Order: sequence, then structure tokens, then C-alpha cells
Amino acid sequence: MTPSATATPDAAPPPAAAPDSAVSGKARRPGDRIFLGLSRGSGIALLVIMAAIAAFLTYRSVLAISGDHANFFTTLDWNATGTEPKFGIAVLAFGTVVSALIAMVIAVPVAVGIALFISHYAPRRLASPLGYVIDLLAAVPSIIYGLWGALFLVPHLGGLYGWLDDYLGWTGVFSYGGGAARSLFTVGILLAIMILPIVTSVSREVFLQAPRMHEEAALALGATRWEVIRMSVLPFGRSGIISASMLGLGRALGETMAVATVLSPSFLINTSLLDPGGGTFAQNIAAKFSEADTFGQDALIASGLVLFVITLLVNGAARLIIARRKEYS
Amino acid sequence: MSDVMTERQALAERPGGVSSLSLKQARLPRWTPAALALASAAIGCGIGLGAGLDSRIQWGLIAALVFVVATFVLSAAVEGARQAKDRLATGLVWMAFLLAVIPLASLLWETVVRGSKVLDGYFLSHSMGTLPDALPGGGIYHAIIGTLEQVGLATLIAAPLGLFTAIYLVEYGRGRLAKAVTFFVDVMTGIPSIVAGLFILSVWILILGFGPSGFAGSMALAILMVPVVVRSTEEMLKLVPNELREASLALGVPKWRTILKVVLPTSIGGITTGVMLAVARITGETAPVMLLVWGAKTINNNPFQDAQQSLPLYVFQQWQQGSEASYDRAWAAALVLIAFVMILNLVARGIARWKAPKTGR
Repeated sequence: MTPSATATPDAAPPPAAAPDSAVSGKARRPGDRIFLGLSRGSGIALLVIMAAIAAFLTYRSVLAISGDHANFFTTLDWNATGTEPKFGIAVLAFGTVVSALIAMVIAVPVAVGIALFISHYAPRRLASPLGYVIDLLAAVPSIIYGLWGALFLVPHLGGLYGWLDDYLGWTGVFSYGGGAARSLFTVGILLAIMILPIVTSVSREVFLQAPRMHEEAALALGATRWEVIRMSVLPFGRSGIISASMLGLGRALGETMAVATVLSPSFLINTSLLDPGGGTFAQNIAAKFSEADTFGQDALIASGLVLFVITLLVNGAARLIIARRKEYS
Repeated sequence: MSDVMTERQALAERPGGVSSLSLKQARLPRWTPAALALASAAIGCGIGLGAGLDSRIQWGLIAALVFVVATFVLSAAVEGARQAKDRLATGLVWMAFLLAVIPLASLLWETVVRGSKVLDGYFLSHSMGTLPDALPGGGIYHAIIGTLEQVGLATLIAAPLGLFTAIYLVEYGRGRLAKAVTFFVDVMTGIPSIVAGLFILSVWILILGFGPSGFAGSMALAILMVPVVVRSTEEMLKLVPNELREASLALGVPKWRTILKVVLPTSIGGITTGVMLAVARITGETAPVMLLVWGAKTINNNPFQDAQQSLPLYVFQQWQQGSEASYDRAWAAALVLIAFVMILNLVARGIARWKAPKTGR
């Protein structure tokens, strides 16, 4: 029994650990075995946790969806109580995707601008404290963005929305009926402000890694600063910008509190982004959780699973892009 | 390339032709951008006042637009297209910076100003108790206790797990298991906090039948914390020069003692930094705490039994009450939370600088 027990770890473990036992010619020391066991056990524990997350969420979701008396994907309602529960994620999917897209459209160009400002435009003495401050801002809890959004941003957006309505109201997307600006567009703006620091901080690091030689060569050929950036910094940093944006997108999709405080939700798909209404996955879970019974909680778990899958897809795409970049550089 | 061609054509078309070509190109004076910025700010305010626009945001936007357009036109007329593009880019980058600074600075400013209104010793040392929400008074003692206990427990679970996983990946792992772990750590990084909360909810509360408790929240926070710890520890362990390991192994030191006595002490500064940044991140998480800890108004020192409070959840619940007094309390708690997270961050970065990994010479 004992020989086989010591032989198995010898066969499986990687070559790095091999010289130890190969030189001594004996079984490995107990300390080594315990240590390897602990660290490999932690790795396996992580895999088990991930599997458990997927399994349990799916299990509860199946319970919920099989009890749903309407189509889970197309229903424009969330009524998970009573004898004939009817709920669907159409509104939530729409709201989540639209608000995250608005956030991306606003945040990514601005974040790239700030990153360029810090890495190439700002005076030297200003640049490194600025980078520091941006990193600190990335750590501000989202509930504080939510509080600020609800009590400061919302009252200040009414004027801008009225103006957008005057000039762009005919499109239908930007019509605004007055009242508090607790709409998907406000959520998008707040999410943009929230993900700015993180996208900036990642892009800045990529820009700082751009090969100095390329920049100097371009400058020596008489290129202006913008031409240097366009020809040597941006091509190098493109995939970094994309993965930073994906990181931000993942945050925007899964954000709960900043959305829950700012949005006044409703279960309608509203073509006007400036008028209140709509909802997102995470916001809906936060709003409906306290009054949900067990089945209602299952229904919310089902919507959480959809959110989980969406963020997985986004992260997977980001990972693919990063992997491709590694091949090139 | 095409820019250069047009430049030359533009030169040739100038009165005087190629013969007036000189080595010195016409440049705008150095004070031009500052002067233009002032002028366009004035124009922006003027238009805003004149047209009666009530939102200051629009004033700023108009001024920014005027500045960018004016710079481009002026530079194109005097310096040529390439310089004009350069100035346009510079203008846009500065705009992006200012555009972002305003909301972020406002966020910090509002929190400090509104938060310092009710923040005092009483606020820090009392719970809400039976105080009606609309009345002023009360405090966050119970929330601070809750946050410290939940985050502490989460760290106790996540830090060893993350540390050992990172050791496995760097010191032992080559093979399919290590690849799978690396991949799933990446996946875990992207889990939205509310999904982690829903997972613990489905297992711990719905299936195992436990009630809400601080510990339930800690487990969800630990799930969010582990991947961050693994990532940062992994980076730090990779920075330890291989010569150190080889020297130790060559002296006959067992591998586990090499890791404990040589590798970890070399990188301990960076590892501490990583763990503290992870702690700072989970301290501000609200969603899982809301699902699993529920929030309480009184002091509950036992994280394993019954609902507790936590700082971020307190901010949210006070905001929900919607009275002036509760808004004040929400801002004050937000200020405490922000200060806590910032101090953690600053100390962590200080340690990182102080105990920078000793790389090979």
C-alpha cells in the first residue's frame, strides 16, 4: 500500500519537483508531500467552486424556468409570485446591453484620451501623481458612485436632456418628457464615469510599454506628436485598449448598486433612452429580492445565470484578443 | 505620407511659390492655446447666458467645441495641415482629461463636503438602534463591526486559498491541471458580485436552509477575493529570481522549505500589497451583502448568527429611506467607507514601494 501511495504522486507531478527525489533516490520528504498537497488542493478547490457555481445556479434556474408560465426570454413582465408566475428577461437584457453600450461609447474614447494625456501629453511632474490618483479612483466602491449619481448627477442632467430633446427629439431615441432624469441614459453616463478609471489605468500601462525606439525614430523623421502616437503608440496599444474596454464592459454589465440607485425601473422596453423606465439584470435582482419568496428567488437566480453567461462571453472575447496579441509581440 | 504631399502642394501654391520655401515654418506663438482657451471659455459662457441655457454642462461643452474648432482653423491657416491635426489631437486629449476630471473631482468633493456634516465621534460609536429613520442622529458602529468581521472572515478564507493556488501555479504547476486552474481564475475574475451572492444564496440559504448571517456574506466576498489574490501573488512569485531557488535547492534544502524560507520572504511585500488591494475591493461590495447579510439596525457581534450590517449596505439603505437626515447619514458613511478604502490602498502601495521585490542584479 505504502509504495504505491508514494509512487502515484511521483508519476503525476511535474518535472520541476523531480530532481529532488531523483537525486536522493528515495520517496519525497513528508514536508514536501504536505506542501504539494496543500497547494494542489487549493487549485482543485478553485475548480470545484467554479463547477459548483455553474451547477447550483443552473439547478435553481431550471426549477424556476420550468415553473414559468410564459416564455422566459421574450416576456415583458416580472411576476414571480402567485399560482401562475409569469416572468421574462427581455426588458432586463435590453436595459443591460443598452446601458453598458452607452457607457462604452462615452467611456472608451475619453479613457484613451486620458491615458494618452498621462503617458504622452501631461508635464512629467504631473503625470505620475495623476496615474496614482486614477488608480485610487478605480478603487472607489460602486455604491458611492450610486449615491453621487442619485443625489447629484440626476438633478443636474435635466437641462441637458431638455436640450437634447429640443434638437434630437425627432429621432425618438432622445425624446424627453421632463421629470427626474432616472433613465437608462443616465445609467449609461454614470457607468461610464465609473469604468473610466479602470479603463484608463489599463490603457495607460499599455501605452507606457510602447517601444520607445519606435517613437524616437518617428520623431527623428520629423513626425508631429500626434503622428508619433498614431503611427507607433496606438497600433501597439490597440489590443490593450480592446481588452481594457472589455474589462470595463464586464464591470458595466454586472454593476448593481450604481444602477439600482439611479434608475427608476419599469417592465417596458422604452425606445426613448432619456425617459425613465427599463431595468438591468443586477438592478432587478437587487430591487425584487427583498419581497421574493423561494420561487421568486429562484427566478432571480435564473436571471443571474443569464448575466453570468453574458459576462463569461465578454471575458472570453477579451481573453482571445489578449492571447492573439501575445502571439504578435 | 499623403500629409507630406499636400503640405508641399500647399507650399507651392502659396504666393511666391517654391522660391519662398524656408527652413523655418511659421508657428503660432506659445501663448496661443492659453489665449484661445480663455476666449472660448468666455464665448461659451456668453452663448450660455445669451441663449438662457440653464445647464452648466452645456456651457462647458460649447466652450470646448469652440476651442477645438478655433485651434484647428487657426493652426491650419498659419502652420499647415499636419500641425493643425497635431493641435487638434492635443486639444481633444486635454478635453478628455478635463471632461473626466470634473465628475470624478465632484464625486470626491460632494462626498467629503456632505459627509463631514454629521460625521463625529457619536456617529462612529453608536448604532441606529430603535431610532426612526427620518430623525437625525444614530450612527454606523454596527456597520463598521459588520464590515470588519465580514471582510476579516472573507480574507481568512480567501488569502490562504489564493496564496496556495498561486504557489501551485508558479512552483509546481505544469500540466493540464495548472492550465485549467489558470483559465478558471481568469473566469472567476469576471464574475459579477451579485452572481457570487446568488450562488451562496442558492447553496447556503435555499438548499442548506441557513439564515442570513455575516458568514454567508463572507463566503460570497471570498469568491470575489480569491482570483485577485491569486493573480497578484502569481505575478510577485514570478518576479523572484530563479537563482535564489536553485541556490537553496543546491544546498539540499527541501523544496517546501525553499518556498517558505526563500521564495515567500523575498516576495512578501508584493503579496501583502495584493491581498490588501483585494481587501479594499471587497470592502465596497454591496450586492452580495444585501442578498446574504440583509442588514440590521442594531449591533450584532456574532457573524455566524442572524443579520448584520455593513458599511456599503448601510449607505444604500439610508439612501432608500429618502429623508434629509438619512441622506446625511448615507454621505457620512460613504465618507468613512471611501476613507477606509483609500487608506488601505495607500498603505498597500506604500508597502509595495518599501518592500519592492529584490530582483537579481
